[in-house]
Amino acid sequence: MTTTTDTPTAHLPQTVEARNDGLPLDLSWVRSVHANTSAIERRAATLPGRRSVKKDYQAAWLCRAISCIDLTTLSGDDTQGRVRRLCGKARHPVRADILDRLGMTGLTTGAVCVYHDMVATAVEALAGSGIPVAAVSTGFPAGLSPLHLRLAEIGESVDAGAGEIDIVISRRHVLTQNWQALYDETRAMRDACGDAHMKAILATGELGTLRNVARASVVCMMAGADFIKTSTGKEPINATLPVTLTMIRAIREYYERTGIRVGYKPAGGISKAKDAITYLAMMKDELGDRWLRPDLFRFGASSLLGDIERQLEHHVTGAYSAQWRHAIG
Amino acid sequence: MTVKEIFESMEYGPAPEGAAEALAWLVDMGDSFGHFIDGNFTPVGATFETRNPATGNVLANVTQGTQADVDAAVAAARKAQGKWAKLGGHGRAKVLYAIARLLQKHARLFAVLETLDNGKPIRESRDIDIPLAQRHFYYHAGMAQLMSSELPDREALGVCGQIVPWNFPLLMLSWKIAPALAMGNTVVLKPAEYTSLTALLFADICRQAGVPKGVVNIVTGDGAVGEMIVNSDVDKIAFTGSTAVGRRIREATAGSGKGLTLELGGKSPYIVFDDADLDSAVEGLVDAIWFNQGQVCCAGSRLLVQEGVADRFYAKLRARMDKLRVGNGLDKCIDVGAIVDPVQLDQIKAKVGGNNAGTTYHATCDMPVEGCFYPPTLITGLTPADTLMQEEIFGPVLVSTTFRTPSEAVEVANNTRYGLAATVWSENINLALDIAPKLVAGVVWINGTNMFDAAAGFGGMRESGFGREGGWEGLQAYTRPKGNAKILKPVVAFTTEDGHPADPLDRTAKLYIGGKQSRPDGGYSNPVFDRSGKLLGHSSIANRKDVRNAVEAANGAKGWGKTTGHLRAQILYYIAENLSARANEFADRINHLTGVRSGAKEVEASIRRLFTYAAWADKLDGAAKGVPIRGVALAMNEPVGTIAALCDDEHPLLGLISAMAPAIAMGNRTVLVASEPFPLAATDFYQVLETSDVPGGVVNILTGSHAQLAPTLASHMDIDAVWSFSSTDLSAEIERAAALNLKRTWVNNGHARDWMDRTAGEGRAFLNAATEVKTIWIPYGEG
Repeated sequence: MTTTTDTPTAHLPQTVEARNDGLPLDLSWVRSVHANTSAIERRAATLPGRRSVKKDYQAAWLCRAISCIDLTTLSGDDTQGRVRRLCGKARHPVRADILDRLGMTGLTTGAVCVYHDMVATAVEALAGSGIPVAAVSTGFPAGLSPLHLRLAEIGESVDAGAGEIDIVISRRHVLTQNWQALYDETRAMRDACGDAHMKAILATGELGTLRNVARASVVCMMAGADFIKTSTGKEPINATLPVTLTMIRAIREYYERTGIRVGYKPAGGISKAKDAITYLAMMKDELGDRWLRPDLFRFGASSLLGDIERQLEHHVTGAYSAQWRHAIG
Repeated sequence: MTVKEIFESMEYGPAPEGAAEALAWLVDMGDSFGHFIDGNFTPVGATFETRNPATGNVLANVTQGTQADVDAAVAAARKAQGKWAKLGGHGRAKVLYAIARLLQKHARLFAVLETLDNGKPIRESRDIDIPLAQRHFYYHAGMAQLMSSELPDREALGVCGQIVPWNFPLLMLSWKIAPALAMGNTVVLKPAEYTSLTALLFADICRQAGVPKGVVNIVTGDGAVGEMIVNSDVDKIAFTGSTAVGRRIREATAGSGKGLTLELGGKSPYIVFDDADLDSAVEGLVDAIWFNQGQVCCAGSRLLVQEGVADRFYAKLRARMDKLRVGNGLDKCIDVGAIVDPVQLDQIKAKVGGNNAGTTYHATCDMPVEGCFYPPTLITGLTPADTLMQEEIFGPVLVSTTFRTPSEAVEVANNTRYGLAATVWSENINLALDIAPKLVAGVVWINGTNMFDAAAGFGGMRESGFGREGGWEGLQAYTRPKGNAKILKPVVAFTTEDGHPADPLDRTAKLYIGGKQSRPDGGYSNPVFDRSGKLLGHSSIANRKDVRNAVEAANGAKGWGKTTGHLRAQILYYIAENLSARANEFADRINHLTGVRSGAKEVEASIRRLFTYAAWADKLDGAAKGVPIRGVALAMNEPVGTIAALCDDEHPLLGLISAMAPAIAMGNRTVLVASEPFPLAATDFYQVLETSDVPGGVVNILTGSHAQLAPTLASHMDIDAVWSFSSTDLSAEIERAAALNLKRTWVNNGHARDWMDRTAGEGRAFLNAATEVKTIWIPYGEG
């Protein structure tokens, strides 16, 4: 077991958790995994009505959500300036006077997530902040470039200073139930990551069924994924509560069997403060409080922060806020 | 705690739902309530307190009803009924629609008041109870609208007495009142004494909805008031509550001619196969046994897990239990609320405390210091012989055992006196759809649990009661055929002092049990004379041991229920064919027996009747109900089981066939008691049965005294229904004795039936009596 040596900050206790080194592929486990869609949807649909946080609790939970955001820009027109601006927002996600009123000065986002070419810029812009840089990699978002190039891309991003690598899996291996191929490929990517943490993007919107999502989750964890992540943000359907429930139950099963905690990152489609609270509640109820920290939970989101900022200003002033009162990222 | 501290602890914190509006309504009403009779609240009488079980605080004072109150309510309902029925379906639909709309407009007030009074989580009253109550009124507004076109031969029963429990106060009220009103009945309803408030708010709503005076009457009070309603001048009693009280009501109404539907207790199995989505099955248990604190008649309270996955499943379940949040139901972040009353809490404690078997696990979740609460509890390692596997606890306590194979799962599941609901978890459609019909339960949920809708029938088998609520099948309990039945005169046997035989060659008429002719256990026979006094022969006098033997034979023929409708039709046609071949002989026999020359006509009618039910054998289709889920709720018609029938006395052959044919066409086994004065056509009929491929035990025929056999049949625990068409009015005796195992009864209450008439003598009424509607919920979806 190796432990990560990422620069710790006040709210990033990333040194305490044993890393997931994976397991040999266990096909009998993979094939025993079931996911009943209707039942999962029912649980997902009733959860928001079962859990509610109010007042100071709501503010604290929203701050927790911010601490778990991978503030992301993944656009073809990204420039160094754009990325620096985003990094500035990651360092100061909420207006200082609001954080001061909340007693939450020093709050930052969980990470900044960019394409490989922007890694060096982001690392420089975040120097001293303790905020890690995540790079999407492996032929993101389709993952259909040659495997040796995908592996080389990981190495370059790590060399450029990325502490986290978000890889995409080959959906075709899931759709054809070729678990061995999925395992081997993901394992190779994990090896290429070295000390950088690997988030395996399942692209759940393209996997067809929740059972495929559940089985792919298990295989990626066996292959050593530190996080499993729903989507690239580029599929037509991104993170949903039923998909989340399916994936975090797989994480729970993996923990029950191995004692290893794997992280979870829903990405895409989460843009409201209320949604963020629902996701946190689902993590808390299904997995436990330990999974409410940025070393085990991240939101892949770009517009979520704006809604949370308005909610927090409403909390401290009692008046509804406006978008232009908060700094852009 | 500061924001910073909560940021670290990530606790949920309080999320209270405001109670100000509900409390203000109570203040507006003076914090004290009379009854709602004839469109007005009566002056407050002698009262009792109703409390919030989460805090013990008194919410209001409610009047204890008196005999005079019940009489006034019934009189108001009686006076209003004719006009309400004559208002017509569309007129009633408008009123029901207005009620539904008002329930929607005041949804939060109802939800908060329900939670205050009952203790259930606001999440449930807000998201489940109140929306389902609205849905019932919308649905039945539609039923009122369609009554004249779809149920042209049915009419209202009259005044319905309705008694509802405290676990779903407004929802059970809606299940009772909506169908009753839709069909043109008026009602006198008593809410449970712990939870009267939403019924009183509903009364307030009725005034705004334009419900005519006297159509809805609410009388509050304890069980004594319920008894007064049962014994009052009503036409029907609908009761939801405990099996013990249901049994008393069955006894009290026996022979009164009052309609009765009972929705009683349960110990519903929750079966988890090893190929299930175990995490979802665990979550299903939260909906099954921790929904409404387990105070649910159909709660999945008996967990049966396949042995190979049991330990893993229990571990997951215990972990889930620890995450449940128990507390004041008005908190929006609570899963399990307060037990309705300290009395109920004491009963739960006593039942769990009295158990020494298995391993008891109480959830380690935080428990409120004060108020009426019980922790979510799991007892594993029990055997079917343990008391808690058999007795209803009616609290948040789940008991469990394991099984090895699908057939053993069915055996353990059905090893109970109850038969309300069942749940099956498996990802294998072959397995799930095979198991569902084998479970003795009125409702089966596959890969889900506690799904309800107004369009889907709900109700039990065995000691869980009889009758269905919801759907078209639910309307049977609130309507009757149009027309007035005549009084049935006793048909007596001919007697003589002479005793010379009509035919010197003696023929011995035995009993017909298990496909064989057998001598009566007692060894006694009765002479049978014709009108002129000639001896026609002797018939056996069956006694209680012959009943026992016949029921054993019937239960040995259970395979009949699994045969195809096509096969049963073929056999019914074959019986008709063989009867037709001997038509003249039977006609002569009937002429001699009855002394009326109607034999030929009766044989012809009998053959026609056999054809009718041969036709129906493969045509009483079930239904796919339009329920609001992605999935299907199937209403499947299943045989009742073993049906005993005391046949018509006047028509020795037609009476027998009119009871036998619908019963066996639907897959039941029968124990038939032939016409008492004219038994010898039935005994001749043995040979027809023997030559028609009827499997032994499917039809058993006894001869003898109806009055002597009726109590044995009605009290027999292994008979599922008793019908009486006897000219001896045995209705009271049968219904009273039937209370023992709460079997279904269909008795004539001394009224005649025109057996030669095709409308009265055959058809839907018989088919309905010969079937149970089982609702099977099958949610589906993949990806």
